[in-house]
Amino acid sequence: MNTLTRETRDGDRAQAEQFISPPASVIEGADGYTLEVEMPGVTKDGFDISFENNELTIIGRRSLPAVEGMLIHHESRPDNFRRTFELDPSIDANKISAKIEHGLVTLTLPKAEHVKPRKITVS
Amino acid sequence: MDLIRYQTRDLAPWSALDRWGNLRDELNSFFEMPFWSGFARAGQLFTGWSPALDLYESGDNVVAVVELPGMRKEDIDISLHDGTLTISGERKRESTGGGKAQRTERYVGTFRRSIALPTRVDADKVTATYQDGILKVTLPKAEEAKPKQIQVS
Repeated sequence: MNTLTRETRDGDRAQAEQFISPPASVIEGADGYTLEVEMPGVTKDGFDISFENNELTIIGRRSLPAVEGMLIHHESRPDNFRRTFELDPSIDANKISAKIEHGLVTLTLPKAEHVKPRKITVS
Repeated sequence: MDLIRYQTRDLAPWSALDRWGNLRDELNSFFEMPFWSGFARAGQLFTGWSPALDLYESGDNVVAVVELPGMRKEDIDISLHDGTLTISGERKRESTGGGKAQRTERYVGTFRRSIALPTRVDADKVTATYQDGILKVTLPKAEEAKPKQIQVS
């Protein structure tokens, strides 16, 4: 049941584009998982989510605000974000939904109907 | 909370040793505070949420850009005191809806960033926007700090 949080580290190979791995949180509920990924500066248009070979890849390309002037103190990294998760087989990949708000991506990954805990009443 | 008193302390100039500067500031403020309140804030020192801050300077403005994903506008505080810009705030722990956190990499709690501004600014004209998780604070320079062309007559 822990495969959701296992990352595929070699997914970064053979890529010319530089990505940084954004911080993420995973919450498991009874109906599914909620994944939160921090992507400041990413809008809906720069956000890309794909699912292949049981791997969920999230890419966020930033559109940073243009600021006039000389950079005199620099801490941010201009790279785009990418993160890959291997999904638990219990997740219904067709029902994954995503939203992005204030640079925070929230993914809802519902569990397939047949694996949801079910309460059986004794008659 | 008395935010004002922390803004008056001397800030080290920014340098590659910025993280040590932060640590020193934290330790200083830890000892300046009453015992119990120091403990309440100690968590911040160890979790270390220090959002990335960029500072730009143009002829008319100084602009600070801070990465603050997933905040609420109301939870961000910006203050200006003695030429030091302080941006602080709190990200509240969201309810997990009864779920179990499997992995928590996102910081929850308070943060505070202070930066000494390179020139004097007009405090009344400071504006800030928060969009796509990025806070942009525009601080127009004070008239006397703007570059001036002087004609040789």
